[in-house]
Amino acid sequence: MKKYIKYIAIPALAFGFLSCEPEFDESVSEGDFFTNGEADFSNYVAVGNSLTAGFADGALYITGQENSYPNIMAEQFALAGGGEFTQPLVNDNTGGLLLGGIQIAANRFVLATDADGNPGPALLSGTPTTDITNVVSGPFNNVGVPGAKSFHLVTPGYGNVAGVTANPQTANPYFVRFASNPNASVIEDAVAANPTFFSLWIGNNDILSFATSGGAGVDQTGNLDPSTYGGNDITDPNVFASVYSQQVDALVATGAQGALVNLPSVTSIPFFTTVPSQAIPLDATTAATLNAVFNAYNTQVLPGLAQFGVITAAEATARQLSFVEGANFITIQDEDLTDISTIVQGPPFNLDPVTAGLLSQLRQTTSSDLIPLTSAGVLGTVDQDSVAFLISLGVDPEQAALQSINGVTLPLGDQFVLTSDEQALITTAQSQYNATISALASANGLALVDASSALAELANGGVAFNGGVLTSDFVTGGAFSLDGVHPSPRGYALTANVIIEAINDTYGSTIPLVDIGNFATVTISDGVN
Amino acid sequence: MKKVLSVFVLLLLSAVVYAGGYRVSLQGNRSLAMGHTGVAVVNSAELAFFNPAGLVHLENKLNISVGGFGVFSDVAYQNTEFGTSTETDSPVGTPIYLYASYKLSEKFALGLAVYTPYGSTVEYPTDWAGSHLVNSIELSSVYVQPLFSWEVVEGRFSIGGGPILAIGSVNFNRNLSRSLTDIDGNRSNVTIDASNIPEFGFSVGALLNIDNEDKWKLGFNYRSLIDVNVEPGDGVATFANLPESALAPIDNGDFDFTASLPLPAEWTVGLSYQPNDKWLFAFDFNYAEWSAYESLDLDFLDSDGSVALESLNPRNYKNASTFRFGTQYSPIEKLDLRVGYYFDESPVQDGFFAPETPRNDSNGFTAGFTYNINEKLAVDASFLYLNFKEVDASYDFFLEADGTPAPFEGTYKSSAVVAGLGLSYKL
Repeated sequence: MKKYIKYIAIPALAFGFLSCEPEFDESVSEGDFFTNGEADFSNYVAVGNSLTAGFADGALYITGQENSYPNIMAEQFALAGGGEFTQPLVNDNTGGLLLGGIQIAANRFVLATDADGNPGPALLSGTPTTDITNVVSGPFNNVGVPGAKSFHLVTPGYGNVAGVTANPQTANPYFVRFASNPNASVIEDAVAANPTFFSLWIGNNDILSFATSGGAGVDQTGNLDPSTYGGNDITDPNVFASVYSQQVDALVATGAQGALVNLPSVTSIPFFTTVPSQAIPLDATTAATLNAVFNAYNTQVLPGLAQFGVITAAEATARQLSFVEGANFITIQDEDLTDISTIVQGPPFNLDPVTAGLLSQLRQTTSSDLIPLTSAGVLGTVDQDSVAFLISLGVDPEQAALQSINGVTLPLGDQFVLTSDEQALITTAQSQYNATISALASANGLALVDASSALAELANGGVAFNGGVLTSDFVTGGAFSLDGVHPSPRGYALTANVIIEAINDTYGSTIPLVDIGNFATVTISDGVN
Repeated sequence: MKKVLSVFVLLLLSAVVYAGGYRVSLQGNRSLAMGHTGVAVVNSAELAFFNPAGLVHLENKLNISVGGFGVFSDVAYQNTEFGTSTETDSPVGTPIYLYASYKLSEKFALGLAVYTPYGSTVEYPTDWAGSHLVNSIELSSVYVQPLFSWEVVEGRFSIGGGPILAIGSVNFNRNLSRSLTDIDGNRSNVTIDASNIPEFGFSVGALLNIDNEDKWKLGFNYRSLIDVNVEPGDGVATFANLPESALAPIDNGDFDFTASLPLPAEWTVGLSYQPNDKWLFAFDFNYAEWSAYESLDLDFLDSDGSVALESLNPRNYKNASTFRFGTQYSPIEKLDLRVGYYFDESPVQDGFFAPETPRNDSNGFTAGFTYNINEKLAVDASFLYLNFKEVDASYDFFLEADGTPAPFEGTYKSSAVVAGLGLSYKL
């Protein structure tokens, strides 16, 4: 028997040696399948605004932060020497902020259904639990501060809680939460995190807040003192260039390499492209009635004003009002038009003050005007304040209601429309900012990320992925969250891919992209008030 | 007692995928050691599975074979485009068998077989890259079969067979899509669970002595298709982590469901040659009718019986062959040594490679021995090493909610090692 033991022992030993672990010839998870090239991803620090923070659906919440583009990128960097990536996570998935127990920022939007089953964005119910006075301690790899403009990043005290309630506000509640100390600036904290690699994406809000306010702010080009700017103003391009180069210098001085992300056109986001400028449906009777009402204005008042030289012939044409059966352009008060309310009360027009007030800067929108998403809830509704006002002037209630339809008989205010003139101001500033970003990227040998082109691609046909096509259509397109401004997780995944591609190009690294089909789009929930 | 009980529980745990598809070719230690051949080998009660026609040829009146296997099997997945990778953390599988035959006369024998021919246990890390296809699956079947064996032509030709009671169980979890979550980001998923579904089938076999010296034997065996049908009330589908929304595909909670899974028919023909008392050679050819597995379709039912959600999963398996070779050498009376080899063709076609049964073609290398403790009792042991090549594969039939296909691609590498132990008793 003994001499046959070997026949049994050899297979038994072989069995012991055979690995139970399946192993690839070339494993992606070990070794150097993916390479870092000339870059060092061991400590990646992302600097920016809400986009960098992972803000979405009008709020900052945990799953949004987990799907921030820097976090997505860091997970891919980990395949080529990337280290841990820490974020100043908020407390919940409700969104919203508290200051000493008082709510100071709204909950997130979710896609809810109304009683008829129609989907639409609504605020998630519940009380936020993130109190900005509970400061979390870093250093953090994600130094994205929602709401920050370019010059805010170099402003000391931007994280001082006292400044949140100051008037004007001098601090940012999101930065208060994680500033290393109340007098720190955002860029100081980013530098203190000691990056080996950084990304910088700032400047969006320098034009975006002007845009989302419907151009209610002021173009501050020529004003070099940002401390005098209002919240909705356009930042002077020289101010932008100055603070942006300070930031790049500070980050490069740490010895880090990095990527600079340029600024997309704010007017190609669903916030401006969802509500058509022809948003008013009218039946034939109503259209005829309105045409009759404005007939004298179109054929006598406007030509008369042009004849008197009060307005140009071009303005007279632009102010013509015309309604058809079907979709109609919205009526607006355009601040850039001549105010004719006084002159039409005099001879030969002799209009009453109410009508004169209505006509003062009245025009219909054209296809080059952009209607912000926030106007969607206003258009076509009857303005009860206006009704009450007209009744108080002795107008018959039925007439009063007819004359108080928002966007039709009652023109929308300037904040509800981003006119083509206002768009031009934004485009001018944007291209100057982008020239600065591009120049600093090449001067410092940094990767330049063309987010502007990427967003344009989303808005014009979309980006194909495994499982569909990502577009910037509101709700259905998949790229944007329900605030119409910030990306969805899938949109942030695309952002991460665009940045990774630029980094690979510049540094010769081979960081893999992510499969954006694995990332969520809008969040559905009926947990709303 | 406690120890015995826990071993017993462990044995009942489940079987693990072990051949093409979810066929587990581990039906006897003596057979496995010879490349899982046996349709033409008259050796032990293992014939109850391999070819019941041979039971009547066993020398003793009573023959019992009982045993089990420890299956150590894992699958690694990676995608070189996106850098995703994972490895299964599957528990040790423990398929078992029990066979007995009793000779009523020189021409007639009765038998009993209990075995686990189909099963699969694969556990991926929850929410891995392919979690919309499978997070975990535990599929098992137990066949219980009374048998007869009749020598029709003395010294020449016998037949055998019997009805099969198949008891099928399944527990399966997967995420509903690649991205649907509840408000806190927990992936929406479904678990289906159905246990002890009884179904019926049969097997028949025939054995021919080719020559007059009893050296050459030709065997044939057929085991029928058994469809395991889950009817409403047989099982429970539990949906979890769906968002609370009228727009969600289905509500959270328990639902009845219907499904059908085929346990395919299998033909085997084989030849054995025993030139003398020391040597035995065997060759088996299996042909499994996997084309019965066209699609795994589930209907989830509302309480009124209407379909709340359906899940269509094309499989489109093809029939598959296995080629088996084995040799036995008996240097002394107390010892039989065995080695074997087989090539196992996967029934999975290009584009249908679903990670729940991630099997490609494999080469099996087997070895083992029997040690005869005394005239009555023997210990049987076997080893199997299955070698899989790395394979680039995809499952192309996962559809997004809007019907757009989203193929799941990657490279798979499987490994499997099996050790088995059994006892044979004859009286």
